[in-house]
Formats: sequence, structure tokens, C-alpha cells
Amino acid sequence: MAILTQEQAKAIIDKVLSYAKADETEVTISGGRTGNIRYARNTVNTSGETNELSLSITSVYGKKSGSTSINELDDESLKRAVSRAEEIAALAPENPEYMPMLGPQNYAPSKTFAKATDSINPDYRAQLAVDSIKPCVDNNLTAAGYLEDFSGFVATGNSKGLFGYNQSTSVDFTVTVRSADGTGSGYAGRDFNDAALLNAGQVTNLAAQKAMASVNAQAIEPGKYTVILEPMAANDLLRLLASGMDARSADEGRSFLSKKGGGTKLGEKLFDERVTIYSDPAHPDIPAAPWSGEGFPLEKTTWVENGIVKNMFYSRYWAQKQGVQVVPRPQGFIFAGGDQSLADMIRNTERGILVTRFWYIRAVDPQTLLYTGLTRDGTFYIENGQIKFPVKNFRFNESPIIMLNNIEAMGKPERTGGNMVPPMKIRDFTFTSLSDAV
Amino acid sequence: MLTPSLVAFSQPVSAEHLLMPGMDAAAKKVLADVALNTTKSLGATYTDVRIGRYLQQFLLTREKNVQGITNAESFGVGIRVIANGTWGFSATSDVSPDGIKKCAETAVAIAKANSKLQKEPVILAPVQSYGEVSWKTPIKKNALEVPVKEKIDLLLSVNNAALDNGAAFVNSALFMINEQKYFASTDGSYIDQDVHRIWPNFTVTAVNKAEGNFRSRQALSAPMGMGYEYLDGLASEKFMNPAGFNSYRNSYDMVEDAVTAAKHAKEKLTAKSVLPGKYDLMLDPDHLGLTIHESVGHPLELDRVLGYEANYAGTSFATLDKWESKNFKYGSDLVNIVADKVQPNSLGNVGWDDEGVKAKEWDLIKNGVLVNYQAIRDQAKIINEPESHGCCFADNWSSVQFQRMPNVSLKPGTSKMSPHDMIKNIEKGIYILGRGSYSIDQQRYNFQFGGQLFYEIKNGQIAGMLEDVAYQSNTQEFWNSCSALCDKDDYRLFGSFFDGKGQPSQVSAVSHGSPTTRFDGVNVINTGRTI
Repeated sequence: MAILTQEQAKAIIDKVLSYAKADETEVTISGGRTGNIRYARNTVNTSGETNELSLSITSVYGKKSGSTSINELDDESLKRAVSRAEEIAALAPENPEYMPMLGPQNYAPSKTFAKATDSINPDYRAQLAVDSIKPCVDNNLTAAGYLEDFSGFVATGNSKGLFGYNQSTSVDFTVTVRSADGTGSGYAGRDFNDAALLNAGQVTNLAAQKAMASVNAQAIEPGKYTVILEPMAANDLLRLLASGMDARSADEGRSFLSKKGGGTKLGEKLFDERVTIYSDPAHPDIPAAPWSGEGFPLEKTTWVENGIVKNMFYSRYWAQKQGVQVVPRPQGFIFAGGDQSLADMIRNTERGILVTRFWYIRAVDPQTLLYTGLTRDGTFYIENGQIKFPVKNFRFNESPIIMLNNIEAMGKPERTGGNMVPPMKIRDFTFTSLSDAV
Repeated sequence: MLTPSLVAFSQPVSAEHLLMPGMDAAAKKVLADVALNTTKSLGATYTDVRIGRYLQQFLLTREKNVQGITNAESFGVGIRVIANGTWGFSATSDVSPDGIKKCAETAVAIAKANSKLQKEPVILAPVQSYGEVSWKTPIKKNALEVPVKEKIDLLLSVNNAALDNGAAFVNSALFMINEQKYFASTDGSYIDQDVHRIWPNFTVTAVNKAEGNFRSRQALSAPMGMGYEYLDGLASEKFMNPAGFNSYRNSYDMVEDAVTAAKHAKEKLTAKSVLPGKYDLMLDPDHLGLTIHESVGHPLELDRVLGYEANYAGTSFATLDKWESKNFKYGSDLVNIVADKVQPNSLGNVGWDDEGVKAKEWDLIKNGVLVNYQAIRDQAKIINEPESHGCCFADNWSSVQFQRMPNVSLKPGTSKMSPHDMIKNIEKGIYILGRGSYSIDQQRYNFQFGGQLFYEIKNGQIAGMLEDVAYQSNTQEFWNSCSALCDKDDYRLFGSFFDGKGQPSQVSAVSHGSPTTRFDGVNVINTGRTI
């Protein structure tokens, strides 16, 4: 019984709350099934499935809080857990930044659950591995891949009357295909809420095409290049920018959104005017849960509009301290795109580099959001509107802020890594050295 | 600052609960035998059982506030079998005879199901039967027995020290881990181990709002396989480095380092931006450890070399043909790199690994030549080793054990040399300390490393602090540029507390020892940008 219905969850939460003696009590029940299959060298090497159900209780006295969790739901276990959380809270130090629990909230229904994902079983996973491995074996290629699927629920309630329930599913599949001699490598991956949208054979085929096309890559000089970033590559850098839009860090003077002389860059134009970033929990391709980590209902929010910073995340504590509205951190971002296809972008490029994905990205300077990392699994040289040959991988040192000021063109956003991201053509992208890695 | 996630299936508990004794070894032996007998009756040809109690205490503070106190326990059993020549694994939190019996049955069923896809049967290198044995990290003071208040008071005094010396912000943390692991196998070993690790850490930030600048400096501590005695700050374990402040060996003075860190963070705000070019690098052990980890430790993992990590971490440039040639020059003649699970105070130190192989030390690179990899029981035959290296590890009872990096360390030089001696011979160089930004490609050729502190060396002397420094190189080129090593008196441990590998990802902790080391003519870039 890893997935409880809304009624079952509510009844247990109410029971736990009836045992509570603390000033405030919050109860969260979550559970579900996580499954995976992993293969390499064209053979399955790990597969498994885990069913979990956990109930956590947070008890609060004044500004002192304590938490505990259990996975037995009988009355005695629940009573013991409440007592334990209250004992821990009584002994805890005060948290000056503690915010009282929220009262009842209006949570919109979500679209995060899909029946096809919920129905995944070991046979589905084994078949997916076969669908991915077989065409690679047939073409003298080597596949290594990983599928992880989840179906579960979360229910939360507190002593002030808040209650929420949500069911969700997810499936995430990635595959690396390498040529037999190891001189070519391609990668592809897709993530969805609904497994009915996943076609492992197609994804593998894309990786296989890149593997074959990237054999015997040539070295070209590092430097500043026009790059065409496939959505996966663009997301690798853009998600780092979007997830760093925290108001507190900006106000404290330690963020790329901090302003010389004090204050923040809220309201300032920081990017090319074609840049618009928003979040929408009701977006059909990246549906989100109804509430944020702090229990606030998630709503459609614009973060950057026409290059201007419109919003930053404000936690409940920081919003109160600054006297502004809470702006919850979203679950996924939508980066508005343009009308060019990837093929259009290649056709319109005199000289450039096509990038499938980036790898091992690490922050170099948080003040300028400078990151380093490398291209991987399919990097190609473009000349006079055509892909000419595969090139050896590059190390880059680049900031997504600079990147979003150097936009040449954008395409239609697609889901990658939980965000909606377009393919992007960027000028003057900085590659600083070459790598022999395949 | 790095905020870790909890070990799998862990439950929050009270600090007092962490001190409660776990199940005794005799009771665990009875339960282990349930698994061993069950799997044997179902036709398994090999079984190992790991009954694990994993305890964690994480304390997090920020300026004057306690941000979090986490006490967690995870208890359960993992059973791994070979049936029909194929691995099967199952785990459960139901540590009762019935629960273990069902789990054992599942492990065998999975092995038999997977055997239909198996290309060739698993062959294990032989291992000695050790009978009933035990091992414990030789700690002097169990960190979990130190009252939480005392530890919080230490962190808050660290924060105050930083704030009093000009820091605008400071986060500090103490991570403590105790793994109570019981291993039994059909090879006749019943091994009870009690493993302890500790990591004190902080990040101090200075801000110049007028200029819109901020700079941070992290602690120069190392995570260690030690008890709370690591925080004694013994004077005998400190030494003044060539940059004029204290470095630490096997005892750390956290408050002193916080005072220094605050001064460093402020100094960084106005430090000179580096002129890019070729420099001779003098790398402190607290920095070089991460370079060793990424450019030697990971590429010599045999499962990576064979392609098992191709879809995630990647493969390796150090292919079998290079090893077979017996003359692949990984580094200069001075480079001797050993792997081990036995170094005192190290994170990798255990008595036996997670498949019952006794811990040992072995050579990876000898006089610059690649001589070996890191291999476990089912890999040993691939590299003609008569036995496993003893580096099999699972981060939890619920995770299947696999090949993980042991301690990988650069041996000190045999001639007398201190860091003060080394610097005298450098005309144009940079002295780098501390763990900074790090990135390396999926086959471990091309890397870029930053650090916490950079000092310009001119004509044998420190000529002031630098900023915006990162060095880029190729692994083989870099290690072949190694031109000098300090001696054993300068040898110190660096550590990685949460090293990730595998899908689903598992963490492990590993140390890297080295002396201060010189590398000639390394490419340094300037990472400063204007936005």
C-alpha cells in the first residue's frame, strides 16, 4: 500500500494531529514506487524496485521545532512518533527565522500523474532495455543506459487546518551509444510525467546516429565561436541561472543579481530583449505539484520579461523581513524561444559549433555566474550552412548572463531536465581548451 | 557550502538514540545464517549478507543562528547472491528472520531472472575465510558522544570569530558519520566493523557593496576517519606555511582557521587579477588531493575502464592496452601513487571491504609508469590479479556494493625538502591552497581546477595574493610536469566526504595524501569577467 488515496491520507493526518500537544504540528505522508534498470556493454547490470511509505511529523513550541518520521502507521506507532517529535522540539534551540505554519490554502489540481507511468513493471523495464540494446548490437554499437520511473503521492496537513494531496509520476531515460572502436559517442535522453510519451527505441536511435556521426573527430582551435546549443545543452547552463534568482542572496550583496552600491538588479534589463523566463504549474508539458516547499500555492510567475528581471524567489522569512510578498521557488522553468528550427539555425550559420550536451559543469565565479565544463557525446563543426565534420570536445568558460546577451536565434522550447528550453544560437561562446575525450 | 543529503531510508532520531547500542554481533550472526542457509537451499553458489546500522549527525549554523540539527539512523539488511552464475541483490528494513528469509528468496529469484540476459558467468577471485572478527576506527573520542550543545557552541564561536574579523556572512557545519556494519558470507567470514568519520567545514564571505564585489573562503580542514579529537587543534599538528599562516595535519583548529579565513576573504576583494600564461605551480596537499582524486583516482577505476559507467561518469583514457604495455608514462619518474584502505586517520580506512576482503595497500603508478587499477573480486581476473584489491563498497545496506575508489595518494619525496625549501627555487609561479572549482572530462584527459587561495611566487618568494586563477591541463602532461616533492614531514591528507558514482547514485568517502608538490609550466587562465 505505497500509494494512499486522499481520503486515507487525510484520515491518518487528522489522527496524528489529534494526538499532538505542541503549539503547532505538521504531518506529511509520502510514498510510492521507484524502479530502475541499468545496462552497459549491451547487457543489463542492475535492476530494482523499491516501495516506500513514510510519515513525518514536525512539532513546534514557540520557535523551537523537532521532526521525526516513521513507516509504520498503526495507532501506537503514530502516538510514539508524535511524542518523539515533541520531545525533540522541546530540546531544540530557537530558530529566529522560524515562520508560523500556514493556515488553509487553495491548491489547484495538478496534472502530474499519468496512468502509463504508474503501470510500469519489471517486464516494461526489461523490454525497454531490449529495445535499446538490440539495435545497437545489430549495428556493432555499444549501449549503456538508465531508466528510472516513479509513481507516488504526497499529502500534507497541519494543526492550522492546511491540507494538500497530490499524486505524481515521472520517467527519466538516458542512453549513451558508443562505436565499437570507441572513437564515436552519442547521447540522448528524455524525461516525462507520462511514460506513454517515451519511445526508448527512438531515443536510442538518436544517440546511435550521433555516435556514428562523431567517429574520428577532428581537432580545431579553441576560441570564441558561434554555437548552436541543442535544448539539452542550453538547459545545462540556463537552469543554473534560473535557479540562482534568490532575493536574499541578492539583497545580501552576494549574487549576480546584487547591484554595485547596494540593492538588487530587480527591474533592470540584464539580458537580450528576446529573453523571457517564466514558470507555470499548469503547463501541459512540465506540470508541477500544487504547492512549493514552504506550502505556498504555486502560480504562474514571470521571472524575466523581454530581458528585464521581473521577480526573484522570496522565502516566507525573507519576504516578511523585506516587507514584500512571498514568491515561491518554482519546480520548472519555461524559457521562451523563437521560430527557427534547429535545421534553420544550422542552415543560417556561416561558421559555428553544434553542441549536443555539456558535462561536468562547475561554478568558477558566483559573482559573474562564470561556469566551466566540457562538450560531450556529439560536437560538430558547421560551415556555410552545413555540418562538415565532428570535432574534438572543448572546455568552455562562459557565463549564461553573457550568453543571453549574445543570442542570434532561438527555436521552439522542448522539455529537457524538467524545464522547457529552446535550441539556441549564441555568438562568441568561449571555448578555452581542447579535450581528447570521446 | 555543500549540504549533503541523508543516507537512504534514514529516519530522524534523537541525539541520544544515536548512542544506543545496536544489535550485538552474536544476534547478527544468527540472522546472517538465516540468509546464508536460505539462499544455499535455493541453489545459490555464493551469498553475502550485510546488516548495517548507519548513523549520521549533521549540524548546520549561519552567523548567530542554528539552521539545522539532523540525527538520522538507517537500519536494514542487504543480501547479494550468485545463482546460475549471475548476481542478484535484494534489501529490506525488516531485520527479522522472516524478513531476511523473504529478502534472500527475492535475491535468488532476481539472480535467476537476470541470468537469462547474462553473457558469461561471474567468477570471483578467492578470498580467505576470516571466521568471526571485528575492526573499529581507532578513534579517541566518539563525536556522537560529545553533547550537541558543545558542538553547536563550537560552530557559533567559529562564526563569531569570522564575523569579528570582518566577514559579512559565515556558514559552518559539522558532519559526523558512524557505520556499524556486519558482513557474513558463504566463504566463512563474519566481520563486525564500527567505522567513524568527521568533517568540520565553513564558508566565510566578505562583501564590498559599494563595488558590488563578494569573495568567499572555505575551511582548510580535511574530512577525516577520526573521532572528535580531530578538533583538538593541537599545536604540534600546525605548521606555518610559506604564505604565512597555519596549515593543519591530523588536528584542526577551526576557530583559528575562521579568523584567518575572514582576513583572507577581505584580502581577496582587492587581490591582483592573475596575468594568464605558463606558471610553475606549487600545490598544497589540501588542494592537490582533489587533483589526484579526479585525474588518478577515477580514471583507474576498473569498472570505468571497462565501460560500466559510460552513460554517467564516463569511461577512462587509461585503457587496458596502456597498462599492458608496462611502459605507459602516466607521470614523471618522481610520481609514485598508491591505493590503500589502511592509512590511519583516512576516510577509506577499514579492516575489510564490503565483500569480506582484507584491506591492503597496492601500487597504481610506480616511478611514473601505470602498473595497476582498482579491482574487486569479480574483476580481478581481468587484470590477472590473484585476489581482489579490497575496494568494494556500498553506501548503505539498501545499496548493492560495487567497486569504489580507495584512498589514492602521492608518496612524498625521499630527499629532505619543506615547502619553504621548494618555493626558493621557483622563479615565476603560483602557490595554491584549498579546494576550489573543479571540472574534468568524461575520460579524464582535460581538467580545470581553481582553489581557495592563490599566491604569486616571484624569484623564490611570495609576492602577494592573486585572484581569478584556474589552471588547465591534460592529465598525462600534468603529471609528467611534476618536478619536485616535499618530504614525508609535509605529507597530509585531503578528503572527499560525498564522492558520487553509479546509477542510482551512491556516495563514498575517500582520502588522498600528498606532500606539497611542484608542477612546471602549467597553463593558467584568468577567470575574471564583467557582466
